[in-house]
Amino acid sequence: MTVIGWVQILLYCAIIVAITPVLGAYMTRVFGGERTFLTPILRPVEIAIYKLSGIDERQEQHAVTYTVGMLLFHLGGLFIIYALMRLQAFLPFNPAEQSAVAEDLSFNTAVSFITNTNWQNYGGESTLSYLVQMLGLTHQNYLSAATGIVLAIALIRGFARHSVRTVGSFWVDVTRCTLYILLPICVPYALFLVWQGIPQTLGPYIDATTLEGAKQTIAVGPVASQIAIKMLGTNGGGFFNANAAHPFENPTALSNYVQIISIFALGAALTNVFGRMVGNQKQGWAILTVMGVLFIAGVVFCYWAEAHGNDALNALGLTGGNTEGKEVRFGIVGSALFAVITTAASCGAVNAMHDSFTALGGMIPLINIQLGEIIVGGVGSGMYGMLLFVIISIFVAGLMVGRTPEYVGKKIEAKEVKMAMLAILVLPLMYLGWTAVAMLVPSAVASMNNPGPHGFTEVLYAYTSMDGNNGSAFAGLNGNTPFYNLSGAMAMAVGRFWMIIPTMIIAGTLAGKKLVPASAGTFPTTGGLFVGLVVGVIVIVGGLTFFPALALGPIVEQLALNAGTLFSSN
Amino acid sequence: MLRQIRPAVVVLLALTFITGLVYPLAMTGIAQAIFPHQAQGSLIERDGKVVGSELIGQVFESEKYFHGRPSATTAPDPNDATKTVPAPYNAANSGGSNLGPSNKALIDRVQGDMDKLKQENSAAPVPADLVTTSASGLDPHISPEAALFQVPRIAKARNVPEDRVRQLVADHTEGRFLGLLGEPRVNVLLLNLALDRLAG
Repeated sequence: MTVIGWVQILLYCAIIVAITPVLGAYMTRVFGGERTFLTPILRPVEIAIYKLSGIDERQEQHAVTYTVGMLLFHLGGLFIIYALMRLQAFLPFNPAEQSAVAEDLSFNTAVSFITNTNWQNYGGESTLSYLVQMLGLTHQNYLSAATGIVLAIALIRGFARHSVRTVGSFWVDVTRCTLYILLPICVPYALFLVWQGIPQTLGPYIDATTLEGAKQTIAVGPVASQIAIKMLGTNGGGFFNANAAHPFENPTALSNYVQIISIFALGAALTNVFGRMVGNQKQGWAILTVMGVLFIAGVVFCYWAEAHGNDALNALGLTGGNTEGKEVRFGIVGSALFAVITTAASCGAVNAMHDSFTALGGMIPLINIQLGEIIVGGVGSGMYGMLLFVIISIFVAGLMVGRTPEYVGKKIEAKEVKMAMLAILVLPLMYLGWTAVAMLVPSAVASMNNPGPHGFTEVLYAYTSMDGNNGSAFAGLNGNTPFYNLSGAMAMAVGRFWMIIPTMIIAGTLAGKKLVPASAGTFPTTGGLFVGLVVGVIVIVGGLTFFPALALGPIVEQLALNAGTLFSSN
Repeated sequence: MLRQIRPAVVVLLALTFITGLVYPLAMTGIAQAIFPHQAQGSLIERDGKVVGSELIGQVFESEKYFHGRPSATTAPDPNDATKTVPAPYNAANSGGSNLGPSNKALIDRVQGDMDKLKQENSAAPVPADLVTTSASGLDPHISPEAALFQVPRIAKARNVPEDRVRQLVADHTEGRFLGLLGEPRVNVLLLNLALDRLAG
C-alpha cells in the first residue's frame, strides 16, 4: 500500500461528496418539473413524445399504476433485445458478420439488460453486431437506468408527500430522466472517452500485420457512446468481453478515474435529492454517511489484500502485490478501488478479473453485492434498497424504546416493515438457493474454471451478481450454458422485480399517510446514532444470511492457502 | 392497464430511437470529425501498412524486441468449434486467465515463466507483471522495471550499447497522470517501433 494509493482513494471520496449536492439540486429540479438550462432545447422533444403517446403530463399515477407502466415498458424492451439478437444476421451494421445468437443466450442477455444487470454470458466483440450493441444494448442501458432512478424518485415522493394517492407519472419521469439527466451527461462524456482513446466507428474490425509479421484482427465499433451510459447508468455490460479492462473501453488512468466517479455520481446524488424532497438535506447526508462508512471499510480491506498479494506467488519471489488479471496502467490501487466501487454500486463493469483476486480481496466485491448493493448502489435501486434497510433499522429502534417508529415525519407500520423484509429476504433466498441447486447439477459444476473452494465461489458469485443485478463475475465460470442462462435469467428477473414491487407498495402507502410532526420523543435520523444503527442492522442482517456461504468459499480458500495447500483440477 | 399500452409502446419506441440510434450515430459523426485518430482505434502505420493500435498489445517473441506480458486470450479451435485454443493477444476476443489464487495451474505457470525469463535475461529478480497475465489479455504496457529487466538481452541481440537502449526506455516511460493517477508504464509496441528506428 502506498501514499499515492491512499491519496487516490481520499480524493475520490472528496469528489463524490463535492458533486452530490450539485447533481442533487439539478435532479430535484428535473423531477419537480421545473425549468432548467436545457429546457429550451429539450422541451419540444419532450412535448412531442407526450403528444404522440397521448399522455397528459399533469396526470399523476397511483403507485400500482406506476409499477404496471414500468413492467409494460420492460416487457417491450425485452422483446426488442431478443428480436435483435436473434435476427442480427439479417440486419444492417454487422460488418463482422455475426450470426444469430442462440435462444438461451439471447433470453439471458435480454433479461440481463432490462434488469440493469448486464451480466455478460456473451463475449461482445465475438458475438454481437454493432446494431445490437447500439439499438439493443445502448438503448436499454439508458432505459433500465432511467427506470431505476424514477422508481427511487417515486419512493422518495412517498416519503415526502402526505395524504395523497399518487406518486408521479412513470411516463413523464422516465422521459425527463432520459432527456434531461442521462443524455446531457453522456454526450460530453462519450466525447471525452473518445479523446482518451475509445473507438467510435461503424467501420469493420481492423486487420493489422504486427512487427513480427503476424496477423492481428482488432475489434472496434461504436464503443464510446455505449461506455458513457454503461458507467453512468451503473449498467456495466461491456462492449468487449474483457469489459473495462479492455484498453478500448478504458484506455488511460484518467479515463479509469472518471469512469469510477461516474459510477457513483447519480446514486450518491439521489441521497441529496431525498434530503431536498423531504425538506432537510441532512437526512440525505446521513444516508450518504452510512454508505460511506461501509464503502471505506471495503476499500481498505480489499486494497490491503491485493497489495499484500498471493502468498503462494510471493513465495516464488514475486513482489508488488497481486498483478494476475490486472492491467499495468491501473495498478493495484486502481483495480481494487474499481472492484469495490463497481460492486458497491450495482454497476458490474470490471477493470480487473475478480476471479484472480486474492481469496480475501475477491470476497469484498462478493460481500458488497450480498449486502444488497446499497453502498450508493445502482442508480435508483441503491437508494430504494437503502431506504428499505432504513425502515428495518427504524423498526428495530422503535422496538427498543417501545414507540411506533417514525421516519421523516411518516409512521412506519406493520405493512411497510413486512414489505421491506420481503424485499430484503428474497435476494439471499435466490442466490443461496440457486447456488445450492447448481452444486447438485453435474453440468453446472463442470462449468467451473477453478478447482477447490474457488470454484464454489465462482458459482456463488455468479448467482449473487445476477440476483443483485450487478453483472460483474468471477469470469472463469462458463456461464453460457442452458442451465446458467435460464436459471440466471430467473434470478435476475426475481432479483429486480421482487424488490421493486414491495418497494412500490411502500411508496403507495407512505404517500397516503398523514404527516406526524416531530416531537421530543422522535428518534433523530440525522446524527451519528442513526448512522451507527443503520450500519449495524445492515451488517448483522447481511452477516447472518451469507456468512455460512462465504465460509465455504473465500474464507476456507484463504485458510487453505495459509496452510500451503493448492488445488489442482485432476 | 389498456390505457397504458399506447404510452408504453410510443415512449419505448421514441426513447429507443433517440438513445439507440440518434445518440450513437451522432456521437460517431462528431467523434470522427474531431478525434479521427482515436475514433478509429488509435492505429499505427509504418510504410503505409497498419502494424497495430497503440492501445492494443501484440505478441513479441523475438529476442530483438521487448516482450509484453503473458496473455490468456483464446480463439475457437479450428478442429472443434466447441473448444478454444490459446491465441495470445487475440484482439477479437479479449479476456483474462481467471485462474484463482489457490489454483496449482497458476503457480506452475508463473514458476515456468520465471525460469524461462531468468534463462533469457539476467539473474535479476523477475518483475511480477512479466509473469502474470493481464485482465484483457491485450495490455499494451509493461512496468518500467519490466522493460529495464530486458535491456541487456536486447542490447546484446541488436549489438547496441545498453545505455542507448536504457535511454530509449526512459524516453518511453509514461508517468502517473498529474503525478497521481495510474501507474508508471512503458508502451511495448511504441518502444519496439523506436527500437527499430534506432537500428535503421
